[in-house]
Amino acid sequence: MEEPTKIQSKLISKFSEFLDEEAILSDADELRPYECDGLSAYRKTPLLVVLPCTIEAVQKIMAICMRFGIPVVARGAGTGLSGGALPHEQGIILSLARFDKIIDINADHFTARVQPGVRNLSISTAASSYGLYYAPDPSSQIACSIGGNVAENSGGVHCLKYGLTLHNVMEITLVTAKGELLTVGSPALDTPGYDLLSLMTGSEGMLAIIVEVLVKLLPQADEKQLIMVSFDKIETASHAVSAIISSGIIPAGLEMMDRLAIQAAESFAHAGYPTDVDAILLCELDGSKEDVSEQIEIVQRILTKGGAVDIRIAKTAEEQAKLWQGRKSAFPAVGRISPDYYCMDGTIPRHQLAHVLESMNQLSKQYDLPIANVFHAGDGNLHPLILYDANKGELEKAEKLGADILSLCIEVGGTITGEHGVGHEKLDQMCIQFSTQEIQQFHAIKSSFDPHELLNPGKAIPTLHRCAEFGAMHVHHGKLPHSDIPRF
Amino acid sequence: MFDHDISAQLIEQVNQAITDKHCLYIHGARSKQFYGNPIEMEHRLDVSPHSGIVDYQPSELVVTVRAGTKLIELEKLLIAEGQILPFEPPIHTENSTIGGVVAAGLSGPRRPFSGAVRDHILGVEMINGRGEVVRFGGQVMKNVAGYDISRLMAGSLGSLGVLLNISIKLIPAPKQEVTLAIEANSQQAMTLFNQWRPTPLPISASCFYEDCLYIRLSGGVKAVESFSQRIDGDILPSAEGFWQAIRNQKHEFFDTLDKPLWRLSLPPATPALRRFESDTLIEWNGAQYWLYSNAPTNIIRDIASKHGGHATLYIGDRPGVNYFHPLPSVSIMIQKRLKQNLDPHGIFSSGRLYKDF
Repeated sequence: MEEPTKIQSKLISKFSEFLDEEAILSDADELRPYECDGLSAYRKTPLLVVLPCTIEAVQKIMAICMRFGIPVVARGAGTGLSGGALPHEQGIILSLARFDKIIDINADHFTARVQPGVRNLSISTAASSYGLYYAPDPSSQIACSIGGNVAENSGGVHCLKYGLTLHNVMEITLVTAKGELLTVGSPALDTPGYDLLSLMTGSEGMLAIIVEVLVKLLPQADEKQLIMVSFDKIETASHAVSAIISSGIIPAGLEMMDRLAIQAAESFAHAGYPTDVDAILLCELDGSKEDVSEQIEIVQRILTKGGAVDIRIAKTAEEQAKLWQGRKSAFPAVGRISPDYYCMDGTIPRHQLAHVLESMNQLSKQYDLPIANVFHAGDGNLHPLILYDANKGELEKAEKLGADILSLCIEVGGTITGEHGVGHEKLDQMCIQFSTQEIQQFHAIKSSFDPHELLNPGKAIPTLHRCAEFGAMHVHHGKLPHSDIPRF
Repeated sequence: MFDHDISAQLIEQVNQAITDKHCLYIHGARSKQFYGNPIEMEHRLDVSPHSGIVDYQPSELVVTVRAGTKLIELEKLLIAEGQILPFEPPIHTENSTIGGVVAAGLSGPRRPFSGAVRDHILGVEMINGRGEVVRFGGQVMKNVAGYDISRLMAGSLGSLGVLLNISIKLIPAPKQEVTLAIEANSQQAMTLFNQWRPTPLPISASCFYEDCLYIRLSGGVKAVESFSQRIDGDILPSAEGFWQAIRNQKHEFFDTLDKPLWRLSLPPATPALRRFESDTLIEWNGAQYWLYSNAPTNIIRDIASKHGGHATLYIGDRPGVNYFHPLPSVSIMIQKRLKQNLDPHGIFSSGRLYKDF
């Protein structure tokens, strides 16, 4: 075992006053699993990992860290894709994994009070006996925890109709940097004072530690239909997305996959996808039987008129599940056809889909790296998967290609991250999306909650110094300087 | 639509306030001047001329609008494209502005079913406390880059900055709407709400007033017709006028002048508050009570707190009483620091939300 540093021993002795031996990890082997989150390209070793299981213990930990000026990085299930839970070398990882209880499901109020370490999917599983479910469903829902979902304001396949995490959370209990208890939101439909619930949701562990969440549950839909539509051109598929939304129908989910993603997913999951088309759309309609039957006719009409080469309506619940399974396993499926992949998360206005997908195709050729697209088309939330081989030294090239894609998203009026967060990964792109004044305003928010910058320091919001060094151009109003120069 | 950009003048006035160290009272049509704690109004910043549509592409379900744009003009434009503001905000006067409704954070009858003002704000452009123009969020549905400052602006009553432009998510207008009137007492009404809640009944508004429950069903033609036949009630012929009156607080209930008007916000499915049987109008399936009462402030607030909600003195004059429900001390401290950090010169509507900030 490595000789613990002086500060490490001091912290161990302080924490041992109220934590079990198993709740403090300091051995190099024990720390290794915490070196990275879902973005494994970046790794650091923390001083310690603590795994408290009571709110009081979290309060004590924060008070101690405050006294000694120790950075604290909160961690849920560690499935994040932007390096938000990347450790700080002089800090501790505060794991919320042991906060894994569903405290209460209130079938009258349609709410569930849960601890932050509860897995996303297990809320819906527990609520299903009441005919209820929790709507946001990130693809990692089997593993990701609700605390992490709140910290990232996670989305998923169904947020087109049912909203993001923000729209499905009513109240959050937090421990502040000083160790005080703070409640934001309420079981009612609004709360007096500033809307701190909005500020906390998606704050990436920078403002306070989430220790309890009251989520909204929804009644399961009476009727659900899934349509799979094939297109021989990605452009036609993109226009069909806008046409469906323009018709006044909000599908529960509207997902797109391109040829490379379809082929990877089909050979992995055998979902029954056609492998000889350029794009497929998965369009789910839900609601009352009357509404769904009316909508399915309209959607079919739009798709036929819009150039679909094949329209298939899943006949059974099993067939629906199979078609979704292909979509949900697309990331690991792509992982099988390439040694490494890098997942991006830009969001763009829907009417820019065809343009951006074509531009990405050009970029892919320029960098000589394939891109597989599997994404939330209805939301305009792209997930280009850049395929590369780290052993061939292609990581840097992949990162550059990713950065170009994000700049493209900003250029067309979009954003660098729709649901994965900024974390460690997109700090430089923040300098492109935001001006100095805007970044200063973010820092002003941070210092209102955490004046000594102990909570997840260095993440989510870049320092102005970093932006100056990065030398990024802030894209004003979606217009790059010298926008007349072709960039592809 | 008429487009008028006066942001340059507004920035100049904000900078003047910073130099002169005076506090600005930011307003649009001043139709919600009654709302919130009374504040100094000597130096006014009138945003209402800053009006017009910056961007509207119906296929995106998003509109970007200048803060001074009149709600009635905005809604006219949207409905022509078959779209609506999902939160159905109150329109207190014909001049009421979108900026005012966002700043006040007020939502109308559709709120429990389609979401609140803040739920649909995608981005804002604003003048901050240093006189700089800053933009947060954007026009896209999903955006987690940076803290969600645009949604923080909803309900901040002009105390964190001057809203210039706001991007709002829209929803398609329902193809069909029918309102049913059902005779019931308050407890029966609550029982019905709870029975309907797990069903696919497409309720988009509810109101209980003087032993009558009104529910509005919205959605596709077939669904609305089929569901309205399953409910034992009478179809209300003048439904649109009725909901306009509820939404805009012009219904006869809101004519009372001799008692303060309270707004209680409670968790959905809270049992009927027996103490407040008369002088009440209940909306949002029981989650919003309008109440005329001379009862002491602490009694009204204790009842709201006991049920997990809060009570706002909506209209009335009670010297020394905070118009908004008291906050726990940790929350007050943080909100005070937030206000200080975002408005370092203290120039924006201080004291309107809470006396401490």
